[in-house]
Amino acid sequence: MTTTTAAPVAAGPVAPTAAARSRSRRNLRSALLFLSPWILGFLIFTLWPVLYSAYLSLTDYDVINDPQFIGLENYRAMATDPKIALALTNTVVYTVLAVPLHVAGALGLALLLERAGRSSGFFRTAFFLPKMTPPVAVGVLVLLLFNGQNGLVNEALGAVGIQGPYWTTDQTWIKPALVLMSMWTIGSTVIILLAALRQVPSELYDAARVDGAGFWRRTFAVTVPMISGTIFFVVVVNTIAAFQMFTEAYTAFFGSGNTTYANEAALFYVIYLFQQGFENLNMGYASAMAWLLFVIILAVTLVQLAVSKRVVYYEGDQK
Amino acid sequence: MGTRRVGLCGTVAAAGVLALGACASGSGEPSEADVTFGSDAAMSGELTVMGFGTGDDVAQVRYDRATEELGDDVEVSLVEGDLDIQAFLSAVAAGDPPDLVYANRDQIGTFASRGAIMPLTDCIAAEDVDTGQFREAASGQVTFDDVVYALPEFNQVQVTMADSSLLSAAGLGIEDVNGSDWDAVTQATSALVRNDGGALSVIGFDSKLPEFFPLWAKANGADLLSDDARTAQLDSPEALEALELAVSVYDAQGGFPAVKAFRDSADFFGEGNQFATHTLGAMPMENWYVNVLNEVSPDATLAFDTFRTREGEPLAFATGSAWAIPAGSPNAAAACRFAATMVEQESWLAAARARADARAESGQVFTGLLTGNADADEEIRSTLVEPSGSPVWDEAVEAVYEANENTFSLPANPADAEFKAAWQDGVNRVLNGQQEPAEALAQAQEEAQSALDDAWAEWDERSDG
Repeated sequence: MTTTTAAPVAAGPVAPTAAARSRSRRNLRSALLFLSPWILGFLIFTLWPVLYSAYLSLTDYDVINDPQFIGLENYRAMATDPKIALALTNTVVYTVLAVPLHVAGALGLALLLERAGRSSGFFRTAFFLPKMTPPVAVGVLVLLLFNGQNGLVNEALGAVGIQGPYWTTDQTWIKPALVLMSMWTIGSTVIILLAALRQVPSELYDAARVDGAGFWRRTFAVTVPMISGTIFFVVVVNTIAAFQMFTEAYTAFFGSGNTTYANEAALFYVIYLFQQGFENLNMGYASAMAWLLFVIILAVTLVQLAVSKRVVYYEGDQK
Repeated sequence: MGTRRVGLCGTVAAAGVLALGACASGSGEPSEADVTFGSDAAMSGELTVMGFGTGDDVAQVRYDRATEELGDDVEVSLVEGDLDIQAFLSAVAAGDPPDLVYANRDQIGTFASRGAIMPLTDCIAAEDVDTGQFREAASGQVTFDDVVYALPEFNQVQVTMADSSLLSAAGLGIEDVNGSDWDAVTQATSALVRNDGGALSVIGFDSKLPEFFPLWAKANGADLLSDDARTAQLDSPEALEALELAVSVYDAQGGFPAVKAFRDSADFFGEGNQFATHTLGAMPMENWYVNVLNEVSPDATLAFDTFRTREGEPLAFATGSAWAIPAGSPNAAAACRFAATMVEQESWLAAARARADARAESGQVFTGLLTGNADADEEIRSTLVEPSGSPVWDEAVEAVYEANENTFSLPANPADAEFKAAWQDGVNRVLNGQQEPAEALAQAQEEAQSALDDAWAEWDERSDG
């Protein structure tokens, strides 16, 4: 009688068989194959330009002739360029004014829409439609609606006895006009917040009502905390968009043949970057400006993330 | 994490755009020596023209002549619309330039200094282009470092336009608002301006700042740029005095924000324009607006004169377009012939005849055509411009042609965009109350000179190397 002895079974994880390893490799190849269009696009149209612009920021480059390496000279020049400070100040002021107004306005409209019942669909569309307006058209609208002499805004203010300012020609009022005009595209934020509002469990409101909470109490004690993750998202996205303000302001105050006198109040950072790169042909300098903007936005976003850990509630958190 | 990625992608998009333009670089120096120009050269292949369209009769007639001159073996394609500088320079950098570009004349110096366009010395000789026919102000804008880089065409000039009924009511004449007497301009402004319930209802005089600052400065004897285009002269006492006068005109009417808001609210191109509605006393304005007024409000009460220096001499700041051949143009010989045909006297005459016929057909006045070519201007005026039967429009035509004979321009320079931005920003700082005129022009001078020094240094290094 012969006995066979089974091989001892390993105590640890089972080693993959050759077939399993082969299947895994096939899966990986398939995944890469399907991902390859995106990967190639990312490498060619995002990563390579990003890396190349980092190199260009260290050069003197006018598009036509070869870049000349000049080290950190562009960054040194930026430190003493008064227009950099002006453009950054304009951009920060615009962001600080526009983002809270945009988010607060969107939240207010979303709260209204949530109570709109069956007509909610119509109003959702109505609020979103202006978002479809091309930014260039919005830039033209700024000039029409906010004209100090006969614009619709001042006509409306005049109807209630207020003499409106020269929004588009008075240095002081140009940024407020652009901030108010930014509300034109509030629709997308409204839709995002409305979707978040509809995820808030109704039993929380029921419980709050039982405890005697009124509308405002329910809003600030239930609604806002429950959608704080979404609010944080729209704050971040709108902050980034505000820092990149370009088309509307450029169309209104710097467009072809437009030599309005109040340009400096509307000189946002990306507009100055564009002027340096594509009007003055200082591509190296413009690349350095782009990297500074990247660093600033990254820093602002990191700060927002840090703050969010204290004030933002995500479902499933242990806090 | 997701938001950070949004930040990364969004922020470096601008950097990415910049880098894309740089993927291919260094098409190198002008390559005129590699091209065989000449009247006898056989023309063939494709000719891509960027920045030009055949949107009106003057363009169409000359285009037809130019394509006929090239023959059937050349296929011409147009990239219409204003020249897209980004697209043009990127194409040159990538080694795939258009054959010919149609640009504003003030861009030529910058293009030439970067090596984006080629000198036209051989082209001009081979096609027998009579550069002596070009108006001096136009030639100056296309001649960089003593070399012609483009063939100029058209001349935009400024004339004084006024509402004669408003002038008469105030006991004034066109001579009070044509710039020859600055005290008279100031007094006329005060006499003509009207306020209605605190809001401006009539602009007395619009000095058209910031865009016409070079005109006011020159009228006071100031050249904003030296003849060799290397030295900015923005802070001269004459320029300062001119700026103070032009700004004071707005101050006397409630400030520039009020005047500009009112100006922007006007139906500038329509029947409700400022003159038709009697809401503007007078202004210097470019000659094309004469045609607009003639079309939309032929019966308006108008008066015209040239803009004048303080000595009473006619003066205008010339601007216009030009044809340039990009460095590396695949079909430079055909491009040269096309451009030469577009600017020749016969082409202008044919175009003007078509325009005059069209105007006559629609019962409108033919106010002439300013071509940038002195001989063509003279022939067109003498053969096609006829008395209109209206002293007002005859006066307009007379003023436009007189202005055309008395033009100046800023010489071609390698930092035109920065130079222009410097003086415009300076004027703007005064208009919005940020700075006093002297301080603003001093800062503008510093910025302009710095830009010129850098650009000329690069050009000198390149041309020496």
